[in-house]
Amino acid sequence: MPIPVSIPTPLRPLTENLDTVEVEGATVSEIITALDKKYPGIGERLLDAQGNVRRFLNIYVNGEDVRFLQDKETAVKAGDEVSIVPAIAGG
Amino acid sequence: MGKEFFSFLKCRECGRQYPKKAVHVCEFDFGPLEADYNYEQIRHSISRQVIESREHNMWRYRELLPIDGDPTIGLKTGFTPLVKADRLAKALGIRELYVKNDAFNHPTLSFKDRVVAVALSRAQELGFKVVACASTGNLANSVAAQAAGAGLKSYVLIPADLEQSKVLNSLVYGTQVIGIHGAYDQVNRLCSEIAGKYGWGFVNVNLRPYYAEGSKTQGFEIVEQLGWRLPRHTVVPMASGSLLTKVTKAYQEAIKVGLIDQQPFSIHGAQATGCNPISTAFKAGTDLIRPVPKPRTIAKSLAIGTPADGYYAVNAMKSSGGSCEDASDEEIIEGIKLLAETEGIFAETAGGVTVACAKKLIATGRIPAGDSAVLCITGHGLKTAEAVAPHLPAPRLINPSLREFEALIANDEVHAAAA
Repeated sequence: MPIPVSIPTPLRPLTENLDTVEVEGATVSEIITALDKKYPGIGERLLDAQGNVRRFLNIYVNGEDVRFLQDKETAVKAGDEVSIVPAIAGG
Repeated sequence: MGKEFFSFLKCRECGRQYPKKAVHVCEFDFGPLEADYNYEQIRHSISRQVIESREHNMWRYRELLPIDGDPTIGLKTGFTPLVKADRLAKALGIRELYVKNDAFNHPTLSFKDRVVAVALSRAQELGFKVVACASTGNLANSVAAQAAGAGLKSYVLIPADLEQSKVLNSLVYGTQVIGIHGAYDQVNRLCSEIAGKYGWGFVNVNLRPYYAEGSKTQGFEIVEQLGWRLPRHTVVPMASGSLLTKVTKAYQEAIKVGLIDQQPFSIHGAQATGCNPISTAFKAGTDLIRPVPKPRTIAKSLAIGTPADGYYAVNAMKSSGGSCEDASDEEIIEGIKLLAETEGIFAETAGGVTVACAKKLIATGRIPAGDSAVLCITGHGLKTAEAVAPHLPAPRLINPSLREFEALIANDEVHAAAA
C-alpha cells in the first residue's frame, strides 16, 4: 500500500514541487529508502552520515515524532500519514 | 576596519557558510546558522585596556558582535550591575555569590534589551523598515521600545494570556501588539510562516543569528566585572536555551581572544517544573528533547515547550560539568521573596526560577559550598507583579494617629528609641 508523505517547501525542488508524494514501505526507514530511489538526493537531506534522522528535521507518523516511537524502525501501515517537518527556530 | 571581525554565518551542524543576510536555517540540513568571526584579528585588536576605556554599555565588546558598521540601537543597553550577594550567599550556604542584575537593563528592564540591540542594529544595516518578533513578553517589550526609539514600525506577536504588565509594556510604545490564542510555540510557528511571506525582520526568526549573539554580552560583562576572571559556576534560566549557550560561548570567546586565561567553569540551567523539557532531558542523560505541549507555570517568560537550543544547552551543561534543575510555582515565589528580602532585588518569575534552582544545586553539592557562583537575573519583578501579589501581605491600615501607630507596632520587633 502506498503511504502518503508530506514534503516541506525547502525539499520540494527534489520532488518535482509536489507537496505530497506516495511511496511504499513498512517502516520509516523503508519509506526514506523508497523516497530516495524515486527522488534521488532526498535521502541525504533527511539522514546524516551516520544514518540518523537529521537533528533539526522531524519526521512524524500520524502526528507523532518518530524519535519518541521506534525512530527509523517505526512501523507504518495502510492509512498512516508520514510528515517531514523542519524544526522551527525561535524563542 | 570593524568590517572584517564578523566573517559570515555558519551552520552549527554541517559548517556550510552563508552570507551575512537575514537567513537563519541551513538550506541543506535545517541546522541553525550562527555568526562566525575572525578571532585571530580580534585577538590582536582588543585587550582589557581597550575595552575598559570604552563607554559602559554592551557595545564595549563590539568586535565580538555580528554587525558591520557602528551600532545604531541600544547605545545605553547593558553593563548592568554585578551585585556581590553576601546575604543571599549566607541564606543559600555558599562562600561567594553574585547576582548579574539584568532587571536593571535599559530600556525595558530585561536581558532581551541586549539581543534586540544587536538584532535591530543589524536590521538597520540590512535595510528593514518593519521589525517583528514572537515573544513570551520581554522580547516584545524590548522590540516595541527600541523600534519606537529608532523610528521603525513593529509588530509583536504574543500568547494572548500574558501578564497584564507585559502587554501594557509593549502597547505603550505604539507597536502593533497581536495576541494569539495559543501557546508560545504556536505563536512562533505562525511567525515562521509570516517571516517567509512578508519582508519583515523577525528578530527571533530570520534575524536570529544576530539576535542570539547579543546574549553573549551578559557573559562578557560578568567576566570583566569579576576583575577579568570566570565564576566557577553560573546559573542561567532557560526558555529556548539560547541565553545559556551564549553565556557559555562568551566565556569560551573571552579565553580564545586572550582576555582571560584558560580556567574551569561550569554552566547550570534552571527551568520551571511546569515547562521543563531541557531539564527533563538532562536528568535522563539524553540530549533528545521531548516537547512539552502545554506548559503550565507562572514563569511565563520561560514557557517554551519546544526549545530551539535545547540540544545545545544540554551539551553546554554536560561538557562544562554543570547540571540542571527545575522549580515549582511555590518554589519560584519563595525564590523571588528570598532574593528581594536578602538583596533588595525584585526579579520577575524567571529570576525566582534561577534562585530556587541555585538553592537546590547548592544544597545537593552540585555547586560546592566553597566555590563561587553567579546567578543570572534576567528581568524585573514589576513585569510579573500579578504572580507575586497573592503571596504578599496587604499593608496594615490605620488613621493618622500616634496612638493607633503605637498599638499597631506593639508586637513588632522594633522599639522606639528613647527620645
